Amino acid sequence: MAESKTIYIAGFAIIALLVIAVLAYGASQDWEFGGADDGAEGVVEEVDPDYEPWWNGIFGDYELPGETESMLFALQAAIGAIIIGYFIGAYTRKE
Amino acid sequence: MHIMEGFLDPLWCAVWFIIAIPFVALGAKKVIELVREHPEQKMTVALAGAFIFLLSSLKLPSVTGSSSHPTGTGFSAALYGVSVTAFLATIVLIFQALLLAHGGLTTLGANISSMGIIGPFFGVLVWKAMMKGGVSMPISLGITALIADWMTYVVTAFQMTLNHGQSIEAFVNFLSNYALTQIPLSVVECILFYMFGIYLMRNKPEIFDIAGEIAAKAAAKEA
Repeated sequence: MAESKTIYIAGFAIIALLVIAVLAYGASQDWEFGGADDGAEGVVEEVDPDYEPWWNGIFGDYELPGETESMLFALQAAIGAIIIGYFIGAYTRKE
Repeated sequence: MHIMEGFLDPLWCAVWFIIAIPFVALGAKKVIELVREHPEQKMTVALAGAFIFLLSSLKLPSVTGSSSHPTGTGFSAALYGVSVTAFLATIVLIFQALLLAHGGLTTLGANISSMGIIGPFFGVLVWKAMMKGGVSMPISLGITALIADWMTYVVTAFQMTLNHGQSIEAFVNFLSNYALTQIPLSVVECILFYMFGIYLMRNKPEIFDIAGEIAAKAAAKEA
C-alpha cells in the first residue's frame, strides 16, 4: 500500500510542478495562454487568407458569458470526477 | 483539438461525418449489447466515459503560450477498442458543441474522427504491441493515453491542412499550433493514466482480462 501511495503523491506533485513551471515562465514572457482552438483561427488567416467561416453555430455571434462557460466546464469535470470517485470508492480493496 | 464551427468547408464536414458515423453506430451497438449482457460492465463503461468527460474539460497551459486540453480516450481505447471510444467521445463532443460553443455541430464529424477514432486507433496499436511485448500494464496504459491524445491533435492539424493551404508549410503551421502545444499535456495525461494503472493493478487487476474475454466472445458469436 505504502508503495502505491508514494506513486500517487509523486505523480500529482510532478503534474502540479509542471503546470506551475509553465505558468511561471509564461508570466515572465507575458503569455496569454489563449486556446489552441482559437489559435487555429490565426493559422487559417495565414495559410488561407480568403477563408470566411460560413456558420457561427446555433448561438450565432453571441459568446457565452465567461462565467457561464467556466460553470459548464466545471460541470463537465464534475460529472466525470463523480463517476471516477465512485469507482475508486467502490473498488478499493479493504485491507 | 476541436475544430471550430464554420472552419471546415461543407464538403469536408460531410466527408468526416461519413467516416465517423459507422464507428459511432457500431460503438453504440456494442455499448448497448455490453450493458445488456454484462450488467456488471455498466460501471466500467461509465468509468471509461468519465475519463473522457473529466480530462477533456481540463484546459491546461502549455509551453507554446497557449492552452489546450487532454482527451482522456486512452483507457477506453485499451479496454474496449476504437468504436466504443468513438461513441463515448461523441457524447462529450455534443455536450461541448451544444452547451459550450466549443467545437461545433458542423465540425462534429471531423472532431469525432480525430478524438474518437484515429487518435484512439493509434492508442490501441501501441497498447496491443506493449502488452504483447510484456511491458507492465500501468506503463502501457500511460503510453497508450499519451499516443491517443497526441495523435488526436496531429490528425486535427492534418484535417485543417486538407481544407486550408494543402501544403507542407500549412501542415507545419497547424502542427505547431495543435501538436506542439499538446506534447506537455499528453505527458500529463500519461502520468495520470500510469497512476490509474497502478491503482487498477492493486485493486482490480482482472479488468482488462474480463473486457478482452467479452470482446473475444462477441467476435466469435459474429463469425
